[in-house]
Amino acid sequence: MTDTPTKVIVDCSTGEQTVVPLTAEEIAELEAAAAKAEADRLAAEQEAIAKQAEKEAIAAKLGLTKEELLKLLS
Amino acid sequence: MANTYTLIASNTLSSSAASVTFSSIPNTYTDLVVRCSVRSDYASTGDNITLTFNSNSSSIYSNTIVFGNGSSGVSQRNSAGNPGYVAYVVDGDVSTASTFGSVEIYLPSYTSSTNKPFSSFGARENNATAAVVAANAGLFASTSAISSIQIGLQFGPNFVSGSSFFLYGIKNS
Repeated sequence: MTDTPTKVIVDCSTGEQTVVPLTAEEIAELEAAAAKAEADRLAAEQEAIAKQAEKEAIAAKLGLTKEELLKLLS
Repeated sequence: MANTYTLIASNTLSSSAASVTFSSIPNTYTDLVVRCSVRSDYASTGDNITLTFNSNSSSIYSNTIVFGNGSSGVSQRNSAGNPGYVAYVVDGDVSTASTFGSVEIYLPSYTSSTNKPFSSFGARENNATAAVVAANAGLFASTSAISSIQIGLQFGPNFVSGSSFFLYGIKNS
């Protein structure tokens, strides 16, 4: 069984610190946000791979190797 | 020039937690500084901090990030995001054991009636070969004074035990 995630709240006016279990709604929000972030990360990764492939295809058309292309762009 | 630097509150986690919130922040300072030493249980080398001010989860946060890892550098812009980010500064679960990222977040004029800029500088050093340094320029597009700061993770879900959080107030007089 997995423990319920918690959040810590520090009240700056009293110094009181409380550990509060997340509500089902908060857990759902957290999971949705993490899933979106993961999807965004994968999309960005795919976009970078596609861009690189595109560059290499252009380099190939020009008769350049990947290394030569990188030197040209650096 | 600031001539005071006062610890308002702090917390060191004795067990993992998804977020740490500083609430009821006094409005008697000029600027705020948050300092953290943090590690995530996300199954990767790194994670990103999220910042939510005043429990406001609207898409009114934006930021510009630059970061480098010694072999490449990147600059990116995230507009109208939700929530605010402090990217690339949290060691993840597969980083070298017991390594923590460190970050400082600066919030000038947090009680002003204009939008709130913030900046951060941090590093994820893993005592191996994957150190990352990152700087962020952020904006919280709200005219309300900042009275609470929630520090969370983009992936997480949890900060691990031993992560620590410090909130300082700075007065200019």
